[in-house]
Amino acid sequence: MYQTKYHRASSVDEAVSLFAKGSEAKFLAGGQTLLPVMKQRLASPSDVIDLGKIKELQGVELSGDTLTIKAATTYYDIMTNADVKKAIPAIAHLTSVLGDPAVRYRGTIGGSIANNDPAADFPAALLALGATVKTNKRSIAAQDFFQGLFSTALEDGEIITAVSFPVPAKAGYEKMRHPASRFALTGVFVAQTKSGEVRVAATGASQSGVMRVPAIEAALKANWSPSAIDSVSISANGLLADIHGTAEYRANLVKVMAQRAVAAAS
Amino acid sequence: MGVEGIGARVVRKEDKRFITGKGRYVDDIKLLGMTHAHFVRSPHAHAKVKGIDSSAALKMPGVVAVLTGQQIVDDKVGNLICGWAITSKDGSPMKMGAWPAMAPETVRFVGQAVAVVIADSKNLARDAAEAVVVDYEELPAVADMQAAIKSGAPQLHPEASGNQVYDWVIGDEGATDAAFAKAANVVKLDVTNNRLAPNAMEPRAAIADYDAAEEHFTLYTTSQNPHVARLVLSAFYNIAPEHKLRVIAPDVGGGFGSKIFIYPEEMVALWASKKIGRPVKWTGDRTEAFLTDAHGRDHVTHAELAFDANNKITGLKVKTYANFGAYMSLFSSSVPTYLYATLLSGQYNIPAIHAEVIGVYTNTTPVDAYRGAGRPEASYLIERLMETAARQLKVDPAQLRRTNFITQFPHQTPVIMAYDTGDFNASLDAAMKAIDYAGFPARKAKAKSDGKLRGIGVSCYIEACGIAPSKAVGSLGAGVGLWESAEVRVNPVGTIEILTGSHSHGQGHETTFCQLVAERLGVPISQVSIVHGDTDKVQFGMGTYGSRSAAVGLTAILKAMEKMESKAKKIAAHALEASEADIVIENGEFKVTGTDKAIALPMVALAAYTAHNLPDGMEPGLKESAFYDPTNFTFPAGTYICELEVDPGTGKTSFVNFVAADDFGRLINPMIVEGQVHGGLVQGIGQALLEHAIYDASGQPVTASFMDYAMPRADDVPSFNLSHTTTLCPGNPLGIKGCGEAGAIGASAAVINAITDAIGKNNLEMPATPDRVWRTIHAA
Repeated sequence: MYQTKYHRASSVDEAVSLFAKGSEAKFLAGGQTLLPVMKQRLASPSDVIDLGKIKELQGVELSGDTLTIKAATTYYDIMTNADVKKAIPAIAHLTSVLGDPAVRYRGTIGGSIANNDPAADFPAALLALGATVKTNKRSIAAQDFFQGLFSTALEDGEIITAVSFPVPAKAGYEKMRHPASRFALTGVFVAQTKSGEVRVAATGASQSGVMRVPAIEAALKANWSPSAIDSVSISANGLLADIHGTAEYRANLVKVMAQRAVAAAS
Repeated sequence: MGVEGIGARVVRKEDKRFITGKGRYVDDIKLLGMTHAHFVRSPHAHAKVKGIDSSAALKMPGVVAVLTGQQIVDDKVGNLICGWAITSKDGSPMKMGAWPAMAPETVRFVGQAVAVVIADSKNLARDAAEAVVVDYEELPAVADMQAAIKSGAPQLHPEASGNQVYDWVIGDEGATDAAFAKAANVVKLDVTNNRLAPNAMEPRAAIADYDAAEEHFTLYTTSQNPHVARLVLSAFYNIAPEHKLRVIAPDVGGGFGSKIFIYPEEMVALWASKKIGRPVKWTGDRTEAFLTDAHGRDHVTHAELAFDANNKITGLKVKTYANFGAYMSLFSSSVPTYLYATLLSGQYNIPAIHAEVIGVYTNTTPVDAYRGAGRPEASYLIERLMETAARQLKVDPAQLRRTNFITQFPHQTPVIMAYDTGDFNASLDAAMKAIDYAGFPARKAKAKSDGKLRGIGVSCYIEACGIAPSKAVGSLGAGVGLWESAEVRVNPVGTIEILTGSHSHGQGHETTFCQLVAERLGVPISQVSIVHGDTDKVQFGMGTYGSRSAAVGLTAILKAMEKMESKAKKIAAHALEASEADIVIENGEFKVTGTDKAIALPMVALAAYTAHNLPDGMEPGLKESAFYDPTNFTFPAGTYICELEVDPGTGKTSFVNFVAADDFGRLINPMIVEGQVHGGLVQGIGQALLEHAIYDASGQPVTASFMDYAMPRADDVPSFNLSHTTTLCPGNPLGIKGCGEAGAIGASAAVINAITDAIGKNNLEMPATPDRVWRTIHAA
């Protein structure tokens, strides 16, 4: 790791002003990506501004049909939160299979979506549930927020404060774990809104990051059941391929994980 | 057996310090004035080093020196050696390319060091290393073995034309050809044994401390064999004569073979310490471990097995290509030859065997011994062949093995080994009973109705451990003897120190070796301590690898104990005015048999050291030593059976049951043996399902971190069902065979045999990743 200056911000406003003062500042959430990258000397921020202790970024709120998770809430806190389990159990399940216990104690929802790793779990949940990303400046719809590999709509110095999820009628998430990293080799989040709309999002599959899967959405809209997907064919074009999975294998996983997510949906 | 004697499940003495974080590893040691080394490593798989500009680095804060490969060559530090000479079939010696500790002219794998920066802190050294400018001229590289042996391939070493290290043969080719000519059935199989990165928990590290006044070096290093390190550093690398070089291997966090070898980094640390006049520490990080720790396995093999009309094996033909990487590591030459092809007979009566092994250089990390070293490759091959044969001949795979088991001992195989004892039917029976082999078809049918593909796989392994005797291995080209030494020191107050030339880096010697003393003397193990890992304390030893420490090392301790006990009995007899022949040792006392006369061990010890009342002519003191050279290898063997399910939708494997029935001869501490088997099985399963060190075509490593290289985790493996059948090893007085490698040797074939049984397709390479299994299921 290169030398860097560490700051612990106590409010979002303080974090913003610290960021502006640094020549090449970076926000630190749970540190599950930034710190390993810094240790490898692949990132060398002048200043690291820790958002983890900011009170206004902590916690979960359920209000009517909206579940709001503050940005610096850890996966563990999400996984064990009674409102999350009640309103959207698929999110509690997603966090329970995210990384390992050490990652879940440190990693945060805000950090995950700000990094937008193409194999991260949470982007699939946001996209499928039609979530809204709240920042210190604005609200951004999930479909506008994720803009390709490690790329988001966030501007320089903009801080995610919370994510709001409309509570769905049904939702489910299933993933095939990457054997080494335990990211999603491919994960699929399926959701049926209370108005009957169906959205399906896959992570870990596409070369351009989290993606909707219209063919599966159409099949499920007609018939919400795993067998409805039997005849759907997913193209391997544009899908990721590496030593742990060919594009054809990932195309298969999109379908199989979608079927299992529907079967598990509640 | 006493409560702490042989056979007792004694809790490990060493675990108090390991579990509470009080272990003392090389990196925990800090010396006054210590500097830190960071190596400048090649990013290219093959390149000329045209120049190194250190001027900017030398101006950076805290930098003490920047030293290069040319300087180490100019100072006449020797090239790295290979300690086992192999002769090709045409009578020519193996073709060894020069390997300087840092490359002065040419780099041949990614990660090879070209220079080292020495600075006041680790971070300052690393900062300055980034400022060292190396002018490389990239050369064409070849990482794939089959590509490397083709004409026109990039050539690594002028000494080895065609990138061939050797073309070695074993067995009777004529007799084998004759067997195939008469065969009723021939079974053919192509097998790849995937390259593995060893990944000991503790990365390698070294601290070198040169004392200019005494012209003496001390090296703290992560070694499985500190005396061999001192021997090689003295005799071949011109670092210092042996009496001016102390090597200390303190607590070492796992080795699996990778810490047998003497690596460039400790050579450079020693040389640099003298050059700069301060201690030099180097601690590798995980990336350096992936790039520079000797890898394991990496064979490509074609094999054929001939059967007569009664399904009896009549012949075996094997042709193996073994990847050596860019250089010949210390014992690399012996692994695919004498540690591999000599085990190709497996547990079977095979009248004729012929094997050819071609060693190949590639632009990859050097390959050497890794847990099992050659024997996993042999066991995997023969057990995959047996399973393939059973499928082709349409016979039950367990029965085919039984039909061909060796049942008479001793048994001379056609490939050097003379198996001393064993009962292969007993371990097969035990494993089949434990897994309810007979009930499998019903379970498979039930799984099918649940949408799962269930399979069962058998692996009957045999290995050769405690590599020996010295005279025999010497005649086969080994550069060292393979005996072990021990010394028993009884202190004046009766406490006991056992000095051993073996080295514990996770094996539990501090407990098991004490148990032998407890067994013989009836003293608690708290009164005994084990001393190892320091060339100033222990006179000489060969270290720990190849499951040798109990069979060879503990036998040496037994020999020394017998000498000590003999003298102690004389002292006791003299004190008790009894005949020496009437003295027995019980519960820490020397007793006159049949009487209540006794003298406690501390009193005997005190008498030995006060020397006030010793038998006439007896020397004072109570200390004895022994060297033990075995008469043969030992032959642990057993059966592993694995039952698993494959998810046809994802290709993912889930274990249902894994049973192991091992014959290790006598067990000293069954709990520690079980731990060894668990660890070995996990490594074997890791090879079968997860692990693979991969290079792209240009020689860039693709799996140089745990984000890409999949190590087995607890939830990847089942709870194991272990049992033991026992035939005592006749080759050593304790009847021990060794248990350190069996799991890693036998497990992978059981897993692949089970998966291929489940999916109904025989050809499947390791690692059987979900992707690969799914593609195999759905292949046309």
